[in-house]
Amino acid sequence: MRVGAVTFPGTLDDSDTLRAIAASGAEAVPLWHGDADLKQVDAVVLPGGFSYGDYLRAGAIARFAPVMGEVVDAARKGLPVLGICNGFQVLCEAGLLPGALLRNSELHFVCRDQWLKVENNTTPWTSRYDAGAEIIIPLKNQDGRFTASQSTVDELEGEGRVVFRYVGGNPNGSVNHIAGISDATGRIVGLMPHPEHAIDALTGPSDDGLGMFLSLLDQVVSA
Amino acid sequence: MTDTVDNAKNTPDQEQPYRELGLKDDEYARVREILGRRPTDAELAMYSVMWSEHCSYKSSKVHWRHWSANTTPEMKAKMLAGIGENAGVVDIGDGWAVTFKLESHNHPSYVEPYQGAATGVGGIVRDIMAMGARPLAVMDPLRFGAPDHPDTKRVLPGIVAGVGGYGNSLGLPNIGGEVVFDASYQGNPLVNALCVGAMRAEDLHLAHASGTGNKVILFGARTGLDGIGGVSVLASATFSGDEGGTESTLDPASGSSARKKLPAVQVGDPFTEKVLIECCLELFREGIVVGIQDLGGAGLSCATSELASAGDGGMRVELDKVPLRATGMTPAEVLSSESQERMCAVVKPSDVDAFMRVCAKWDVIATEIGEVTDGDHLVITWHGETVVDVPPRTVAHEGPMYERPIARPDYQDALVANGPEALPRPSTPDELRALVLRMAASPNLASRKWVTEQYDRYVRGGTVLAQPSDSGMIRVDEQTGRGVALATDCNARFVKLDPYTGTQLALAEAYRNVAVSGAEPLAVTNCLNFGSPEDPGVMWQFEQAVRGLAEGCKELGIPVTGGNVSFYNQTGTTAIHPTPVVGVLGVIDDVRRRIPTGIGAEAGETLLLLGDTHDEFGGSEWAHEVHGHLGGTPPRVDLAREKLLGQVLVAGSRDGMVTAAHDLSDGGLAQTLVETVLIGQTGARVFLDPDQDAFVQLFSESAGRVLVAVPRSEELRFTEMCKVRGLPVRRTGVVDPESNALEIQDIGVIPLTELREAWEGTLPKLFG
Repeated sequence: MRVGAVTFPGTLDDSDTLRAIAASGAEAVPLWHGDADLKQVDAVVLPGGFSYGDYLRAGAIARFAPVMGEVVDAARKGLPVLGICNGFQVLCEAGLLPGALLRNSELHFVCRDQWLKVENNTTPWTSRYDAGAEIIIPLKNQDGRFTASQSTVDELEGEGRVVFRYVGGNPNGSVNHIAGISDATGRIVGLMPHPEHAIDALTGPSDDGLGMFLSLLDQVVSA
Repeated sequence: MTDTVDNAKNTPDQEQPYRELGLKDDEYARVREILGRRPTDAELAMYSVMWSEHCSYKSSKVHWRHWSANTTPEMKAKMLAGIGENAGVVDIGDGWAVTFKLESHNHPSYVEPYQGAATGVGGIVRDIMAMGARPLAVMDPLRFGAPDHPDTKRVLPGIVAGVGGYGNSLGLPNIGGEVVFDASYQGNPLVNALCVGAMRAEDLHLAHASGTGNKVILFGARTGLDGIGGVSVLASATFSGDEGGTESTLDPASGSSARKKLPAVQVGDPFTEKVLIECCLELFREGIVVGIQDLGGAGLSCATSELASAGDGGMRVELDKVPLRATGMTPAEVLSSESQERMCAVVKPSDVDAFMRVCAKWDVIATEIGEVTDGDHLVITWHGETVVDVPPRTVAHEGPMYERPIARPDYQDALVANGPEALPRPSTPDELRALVLRMAASPNLASRKWVTEQYDRYVRGGTVLAQPSDSGMIRVDEQTGRGVALATDCNARFVKLDPYTGTQLALAEAYRNVAVSGAEPLAVTNCLNFGSPEDPGVMWQFEQAVRGLAEGCKELGIPVTGGNVSFYNQTGTTAIHPTPVVGVLGVIDDVRRRIPTGIGAEAGETLLLLGDTHDEFGGSEWAHEVHGHLGGTPPRVDLAREKLLGQVLVAGSRDGMVTAAHDLSDGGLAQTLVETVLIGQTGARVFLDPDQDAFVQLFSESAGRVLVAVPRSEELRFTEMCKVRGLPVRRTGVVDPESNALEIQDIGVIPLTELREAWEGTLPKLFG
């Protein structure tokens, strides 16, 4: 199984994402922002960073990259897509996920080990977790405060599309403590914290993040 | 009209603003003597900036003999490149070479905290790239004025946000540093930045422009009006806080004084730098770079003269080809602009197309601006007319050198005589318990979390240890697990009391902080922050510090691979405490055996205190925090003991005998205990020695001490090892996971929640 990770200019966590994909046992495929080519991957991850310097607005320029046209088309046909941090912001800007990410409530960059509750373990990216499991992975961003209209939030909550929720305090003022959400199919997931930085307790707070990449493996094998 | 070489020959008596540019009368006379005529505006701009204190090290160079005099052949053998290159390079084994360097960005950061700090990070990262290495991590030793001073509230948040804003956007983990408060830095904060990078040993690139006909390519950001004269204004004698730096009054191309200039502090664009890093690394991989140089202080003046003089000497540059972002710039302005995110490479003609392809892939602007010639002059033209024609070594390496007067300050005797012995000390258990909490909450000892949470420590997935650990540790080789550990330290109060010993104490602490992680100390860098070199008292401090560091390194057997000097750090005429920040790099063959700081990793650990505790409070945090006192002598330093301690810790890590270790420094044993239990989130019971004063045991800052946690099953083996090697060891407590408290027998019990509130509450209250 082949899983791609996209590098935009300014992407920072691409090598970590490729390492996490490989650690799960899948083949890690680097994808380039300028190539409208997904190289026959079975899933795509948009890693974190500051694509195009986050100029204008986080994720706002990256959505126009040639590779994103392919990602959007394939996602609409059912390709599992995961957006982490800046990748989540790109998915929101591209209209694949609802809502937006605003400046953290304390207005500065925050990097800390963050507890999350897995609210939905039926997505292709979370099936390895127990429902309600609490995991600890790094959170690091400047614009991580999830927001959406009340009706959208109600819809996300009502349809079980809040995938991850912050526990032990809200680090950035996100509405309903939301850390990650999915689209209506569950196949497209975006979250602010970084599972790719938690695949080995030597270099991260835990190996809890590996579950997201392993979940994907199950999904495609069983599909 | 452009001031050409021909024009300069024809108008020998034209008045030139050399004084405003920072050149002294005799320095200007020497430029005229070298050239046999008056310099052109452009040449004057080059010489003035390159002969500034910041670029030429004219007051400090004479003391560098201490480095060479104290570097043995064995120490030299560890270095692949040393002082004089952009950064020192050491061999860490398995074919890996590691390069690291510390640099100051003090003055710009006072004027404009965010951009000053941000561009400090950017500059040191480019230094590391100029060695052909991939930058791996950054650290930032910072010094601020009094924590409750209103200006500290302006400076600190901006500097922290700048370090984070730039480093985070580059994708480099920030793995440590320091935050220190002292009123002596009120008008002159210190922003030092360290970067470490790695490469395969055979890929070392040096800044050489050899090979006649090779092309000179400028790549990265466009050149603008920002930062013009930054080096000579900001790191010069004329700088003072009152002047600010909101506009540059310098105008080498006289006659356009009405023109609006941009700030002398440069403005950084980390996105451009991130792309530049990836572009450089791809160029290195392609093997198409003959020589490379970063553009930092002094911009193109520095890059062209250094590249040329490090190569065969001859270079021709067509300055009008430089891509600009402002209109109407003069040649002098183009040469002295300090616009950020630029690099300069020397490339074989046959590789130019390939070079341009890589740059295009990363959307990096690259322009051929000149070539290496077989002459021995650097010739720079502007639309066909020659505006610079100089021997490049006279610009880059043969600047003035001063033997400044040195004199032990008059106040020194009184300072030393005013010891801490008479200061009232706490004695009752309640007083001691309260002092543990007070010290934990003091601005210099409180948790740095409010600062370090603004830095990304995780990016690139190689961070094994970061703040609040004693050192930062980065995995270099994912297959073998080989890695490096780094620590920077300096207690400037100790240096003030005794510059020689104080600097050796800084070295000892950084050495110890590397060793407690299980890594073997290997090499040293430094950033020497001092007052005015024109003050004989400051030069005495400086000379003592350099000699102390050089002789200390010889005793420890680890070489100084490079460093940086920052003079004129003063508020008005009052110098900062002399602050020679020392960085030590260590190597660990497998990062999986690193020793963490916090206890509680294993059930049933014993706490052992290694080393001796004496009644030593001169320059201590207790004297500073409780009594506002500075006087006496600093703790004794015993480098042989530090070396032994390091050997025991590395052996303990190798044999899996140590589960946690934390050094004792500022705040003494009490502070080490506080951090050990809070970082480990595990309680402990501590027994003090009934034969020694409790206050001395808890708060003395004697050097050469470490608290280790060992599993009970290893206690005997570890204790025996210490005894055999002659290292004092005392069983000083047990880890107690059930208690959720720090219990110091006969003094009191402090619940971890109360301790954490004290330790973590201070910085958010001050700056949150």
